Amino acid sequence: MNYTPAKTADSFRSRTFQCMGTVISLSAPPRPHISAEQAADELEAATAVVEQVFDEIDERFSLYRPDSEASQLARGELHLTNASAVMREQYAAAIDWRNRTNGAFDPVRNDGVVDLSGVVKAYAISSAAQSLHALGVVDWCLNAGGDVLVSGSPEPRRNEVWQAGIVDPANPGALIAAHPLSPGRTAALATSGSAERGDHIWQRWDYSQVHDHWEAPKPREGSQEFVQVSVAAADIITADVLATAVVAGGHASLRHAADTWDVDILAIQRDGQILATPGFRA
Amino acid sequence: MNTRAKVSSAIASAIVLFGGWQLGNQAVAAQHTTSLATGLSPNATGVTTPESTTETTPSTGSTSSGSSTATTPSDTATTPSATASASSTDGTFQGTAVQTRFGTVQVQVTVASGKITDVTALQLTDAEMRSVQISNQAAPMLRSEVLQAQSANVQTIGGATITSDAYLTSLQAALDEAHF
Repeated sequence: MNYTPAKTADSFRSRTFQCMGTVISLSAPPRPHISAEQAADELEAATAVVEQVFDEIDERFSLYRPDSEASQLARGELHLTNASAVMREQYAAAIDWRNRTNGAFDPVRNDGVVDLSGVVKAYAISSAAQSLHALGVVDWCLNAGGDVLVSGSPEPRRNEVWQAGIVDPANPGALIAAHPLSPGRTAALATSGSAERGDHIWQRWDYSQVHDHWEAPKPREGSQEFVQVSVAAADIITADVLATAVVAGGHASLRHAADTWDVDILAIQRDGQILATPGFRA
Repeated sequence: MNTRAKVSSAIASAIVLFGGWQLGNQAVAAQHTTSLATGLSPNATGVTTPESTTETTPSTGSTSSGSSTATTPSDTATTPSATASASSTDGTFQGTAVQTRFGTVQVQVTVASGKITDVTALQLTDAEMRSVQISNQAAPMLRSEVLQAQSANVQTIGGATITSDAYLTSLQAALDEAHF
């Protein structure tokens, strides 16, 4: 059944902007005892701060911008030892995640370039969260192209919990599942798909089977088992990395992630079968 | 002695399996390993060290040491119950209730003719005394079994990264517009 959002007089309001090739939405309920105009002004101010955080990170990390620090590194014009502290920090984090996921999350591209775009969006989301916290915004939901981080509640007076729907990969107009997002164990929800933007998936090519130069490498075992994987975790970076790792590493990575981290996972197989940890059970 | 050692290590393994490894308490670990061994070995002097326990069970040494750092059973870690029969090691043995991040865990091991015939969870409850599933394994679920979005009660939509163009026709775009 297709999902139709209700156009109601719900208390929270949303604003959007574009960055990193996708659309980012910030939603927040108005603080108590302020006018609708003031609430709108505050949401727009908060959105501007989030947009600035995203833009700064994109300027440094985008491989689509020839003048970015990441592009200079990719071309070999800049050596990692001379890179900015924040760049080296993200390199280290990505390599650490590769080790912790037994190589399923692999930031090294086929051509040898280290591509941090898999962690950069999540890094931007968590940086934006810090800025929102510093601004004193308590209740908000930040959705960056389908990856979500929340704080507080959509209706603080009634103590409601932010609820996220998860898109059905076979029907983008419908939801396949839902998950409550609440500060603590499941404040973040990230989803990775094997059909998402080609330049952002970690395809693990197996060159061992390639004997002739015109023969294309096959995806490594595991990378075709799931069409979509969603991970709910305490932080967006863990959620994002693990969703990517399970798409790339298949069932073995799914078992490893469920065993190792305190997360909820919903994985949809190519044949439509759903595998999920107990946290996703109704 | 060999049988007792096997039982001892098996119970240790069982406790590890049931989540005891979630805890870590190095300070009291040695003392508890000793009591675990002595509880099953009436002939032991009570000064058995964790090292000597490991020596008697070389094949499961790592399991024993694993439990020593993880479980916190009390002096009565393993007490043969009245059902003991055929040999001195046969019977039903109850582990001490152990606090884990999943709640209280306690296991019971039944031994017959020196072999473990059954391992049962006696206590597997969370703080509210509901039974809990300690495994976080992903299992097949029907669509009707996973959490569903009730009518229009979701405030945001998760999905694989979409492009700015694809956003225009997405559910999130419809939601954002509804709440502008």
